[in-house]
Amino acid sequence: MKDLDIKGGTVSFKGANGDEIEGYLATPAAEGSRGNVVVIHHMPGYDRATKEIALRFASMGYNALCPNLHYRDAPNADSDDAAAASRANGGVPDDRLIGDVNGAKEYLANLPSSNGKFGVIGYCSGGRQTFLAACNIEFDAAVDCYGAFVVNPPAPEFPVRMNPIANQAPNLSAKLLGLFGIEDQYPSPEEVNRLDEILTELGKEHDFHIMDNAGHGFFATDRPSYRVEAANKGWELIRDFFGANL
Amino acid sequence: MCTYIVEKVEISGSAKGRNGWFSSDEVVVSFDHPVHAMDDHTLNIDFLKSDGSPTDRVALEIRPSDALKFAMTILAVLEEAPEALK
Repeated sequence: MKDLDIKGGTVSFKGANGDEIEGYLATPAAEGSRGNVVVIHHMPGYDRATKEIALRFASMGYNALCPNLHYRDAPNADSDDAAAASRANGGVPDDRLIGDVNGAKEYLANLPSSNGKFGVIGYCSGGRQTFLAACNIEFDAAVDCYGAFVVNPPAPEFPVRMNPIANQAPNLSAKLLGLFGIEDQYPSPEEVNRLDEILTELGKEHDFHIMDNAGHGFFATDRPSYRVEAANKGWELIRDFFGANL
Repeated sequence: MCTYIVEKVEISGSAKGRNGWFSSDEVVVSFDHPVHAMDDHTLNIDFLKSDGSPTDRVALEIRPSDALKFAMTILAVLEEAPEALK
């Protein structure tokens, strides 16, 4: 299959504060001009499943780069050990996330095959971080996959450090595709609908889908949360959305 | 959701990791997504060496209801042990 003539491997680039971090770059093997996607991994880390997502974007004809957001917490460690270290350190700070995603975008911009169009996608905590990135960095298209705490603050019993970021929505630079599960409580359908309203009021172009028979993590093929119908529909929406905008 | 519910406790003990035994002086207990266990959220326990490598880690991911049984069992065993030996 020609669409699986792809390349993948680890690269280094400058992230937040000029720190050298690593990322997983996946590209089509053939030369050509193409769009670019920054892939933001989920909280369990810079893992095989997320690198496979980057490879999938390469098979779809994009340059894809996934920054290792936990690199500083445990340089060169296994992704699960680095995720544990990040968790113990309180997670990924928002300002560092913005710098690291911007560094990944700059790396992609300097590839000879870059067409100057940029997308960003993230899952779980990466969904919120996608919204955050698209409010602070210029992107053409963004895909938020079930990111929580964009509108609602964490419940009082949850000592998470993340703050709601819907107040940054006026700065949203990209068209936004939102993919959520109807059974998810973080974000709940009510929170998704509220963000939908906020973006509509602001005149921000967006397209939200709350999938039936799906909860949090329905794209994760190696988890019990995987829902094949929702995931397949989601991938079709992503294909069309990036196809139209990148 | 990513809860980032995390508590740390200092301990004095040993754990056996991928490179053999090491002195563990810190345990991180969290309730969050697991890496391997087949539950959406688990009670996670990492035995660490605070000044060691992140790979000096013994990791557990336990179903929440089982974690409670586990914790109760620890308490019961400690209760059973002679006071003079603790």
